[in-house]
Amino acid sequence: MNNTQNFPDVHSIINARIIDPASDYDGDGVITFENGVITDIGPDVLPRGETIDARGLIAAPGLIDMRVQTGEPGRESKETLATAGRAAAAGGVTSFVVMPDTRPIIDDMALVDYIMRRGEQDALVNVLVAGALTKDLDGKTLTEIGLMSEAGAVLFSNGPEPITDAQIMRRLLSYSATFNALIANRATEPSLSDGTCAHESDLSSRLGLMAAPAISERLMVERDVALAELTGGRLLIDLISSREALDVIKRAKTRDLDIAVSVSINHLCLNELDIGDYRTFAKLDPPLRDEADRLALIDGINAGVIDVIVSDHDPRPAGEKRLPYAEASAGAVGLDILLSAGLSQVADGKLDLTAFLAALTINPATLLGLSSGRLAKGAPADIILIDPHKPWVCSETQLLSKSKNTPFDGRRMTGRCVQTIVGGITVFDTLTR
Amino acid sequence: MAAPEDHVGEYPFDRQHCLSISDFHRMDVEALLALGERYLDLDIQKNQARHVLAGKTLINVFFENSTRTEKSFELAARRLGADVISMQMATSSVKKGETLLDTATTLNAMNPDLLVVRHNASGAPALLAQKVSCAVINAGDGIHEHPTQALLDALTLRQAFATETDGGQIDGLRIAICGDVLHSRVARSNVELLNMLGCEVRLIGPPTLIPSDADRWGVDVFHDMKAGLEGCDVVMMLRLQLERMSGAFVPSKREYFHFYGLDRRKLGYAKPGALVMHPGPMNRGVEIASDIADDPDVSLITQQVETGVAMRMGILQALSESQDRRRRRAQMDGGVS
Repeated sequence: MNNTQNFPDVHSIINARIIDPASDYDGDGVITFENGVITDIGPDVLPRGETIDARGLIAAPGLIDMRVQTGEPGRESKETLATAGRAAAAGGVTSFVVMPDTRPIIDDMALVDYIMRRGEQDALVNVLVAGALTKDLDGKTLTEIGLMSEAGAVLFSNGPEPITDAQIMRRLLSYSATFNALIANRATEPSLSDGTCAHESDLSSRLGLMAAPAISERLMVERDVALAELTGGRLLIDLISSREALDVIKRAKTRDLDIAVSVSINHLCLNELDIGDYRTFAKLDPPLRDEADRLALIDGINAGVIDVIVSDHDPRPAGEKRLPYAEASAGAVGLDILLSAGLSQVADGKLDLTAFLAALTINPATLLGLSSGRLAKGAPADIILIDPHKPWVCSETQLLSKSKNTPFDGRRMTGRCVQTIVGGITVFDTLTR
Repeated sequence: MAAPEDHVGEYPFDRQHCLSISDFHRMDVEALLALGERYLDLDIQKNQARHVLAGKTLINVFFENSTRTEKSFELAARRLGADVISMQMATSSVKKGETLLDTATTLNAMNPDLLVVRHNASGAPALLAQKVSCAVINAGDGIHEHPTQALLDALTLRQAFATETDGGQIDGLRIAICGDVLHSRVARSNVELLNMLGCEVRLIGPPTLIPSDADRWGVDVFHDMKAGLEGCDVVMMLRLQLERMSGAFVPSKREYFHFYGLDRRKLGYAKPGALVMHPGPMNRGVEIASDIADDPDVSLITQQVETGVAMRMGILQALSESQDRRRRRAQMDGGVS
């Protein structure tokens, strides 16, 4: 069926299993969209315009990835907004937030504006910006959080480094509360984790790797929760990896605090054994922890304690990884793999599908104040179609990211994004190939 | 009208020092303001009152650099006939390691009648006051108080708003104190005094520059200029005290001005005809736009400086008379002054 002559801008997705965590809807139906906006959705909706037959597929909101590093500007050899956009589209990510640790650092409203305009121009998906919390990420000097918010920054972060000075963190939370700005801080106590490259355990001890204890996370989380309570600021505890940190957050969430927490897809799917024989692709920050930590994090997603899953996309050229383990850079690409890695955990029966999608759609949308992340009338037509059973083997050669550093290289995966629609326009499609 | 030198009034001002607004009762304040008001008459100020402090010695002891406050006190004291010396402690013996109490002993040995003290430590003038036998006037201590500034601000407001019928009262005015309240001794003194005089006081500033317990000061706290300035009769801007900011409190002067600097647009949120004050020195383009600061229809800033001399003459006279009465009582009791 093709009625494009009568309805040139109208599209319908038919025969899909629609999953919308925002409304908790999980059922068959039709989605229609027009001029980039969803116009109707539900089991009784009649298809209009050009149709996409999604039989056997899941239609879900496009994913929102709150933690992506790009090389642009400054280190375009690692990644550009264009290549990151292609990888995102292939992975079902329709919006991502660029972290501020570019060169120069995004600590000024002009740079916020620049990245947004470049993203709009070059990337296939929506590019959002996280402004730096402190000037040049020095951890001491507040940036123009108000002006950057006005320029469009949706989040504020000190990149890979935590704000170590409690007084500065207090002021950041306090000052940002005026603008209702979301402040992300890494959950790590540097005095315990600086100079380390692994999780403190028997394994790292045997491998002879300098290691950080999980308690390093707990200390920083305890501090930041206390400061959020004192100031009333909006806090995102960024990238937890341990049970200890999760326990603190569980307790904090029983009180009336504006606290959210993120976890990387890597820490939901991998553990310290993936380091194996000093595999530098599995060198991450925070380090991969033990299996009990990983299972606790998955429980955290299923129970809704952990709000957000991120790819923590961190492209590293081969030269930075082909080094002895202790000297190699930490980080992995993840935009292309985020969805499939999670779907594989769903297929294993560990992860709840709706909880997983909520942590990648409505939860980040709510935190960032976006109208996307949901399948509802009037929402942007950012939609993905997922084949939840598609088996495939991850290979770095398939990645669309400019850098290929993934710890999932060679792993068997179950489930994949087959079509990505951003603002009503198809930007990735394996159905019609 | 009684001559200023004979001033005792219906309620005799009997305080020994001027350290903090909270040391004063409403009647003390009324007595001081009434005296200051009389000295606003330049004929009285310049010609008729030269003998009020005749034979008395005033020492300006400034541990922090200051120009306008020091000269204001100096001029006030000279116009009342006092001998005045100024000691720049920031560049003197303190640099050589002398303690505050050593300094107090030294100063006391010079037998001054009035000490005007500015110090970067809150409470320093109060400590000096315990160790010297003369009257001590706090000309600004750390981030604690600046009582004479608050008094001159109140007098300026009375001049600007007083009508024939209200006897110079300013109660009921809605006054916004905006900016770096955290580091402002002027704000602390003004909150205390304006509350005492029946004004409705608001504090406006970024959360990092408002003390966390300020909502217990009897004021309303705002972090948004538009909401905070609504219906205000007076907008009292504070200097962004960049030199006191050991850490980062606001991101930049640019952002500060954008959200908290007073310009025409933000002044438009206040009541039509609202007046603007600033204790000076001003950071133009940081907390206040030049066209506001220099607009005589809106700005009371120049009047504040003029009123400052008169108000300080009133304070010096009141303290001197109180001191004389105390000495006379001591002599009558057979004690030593």
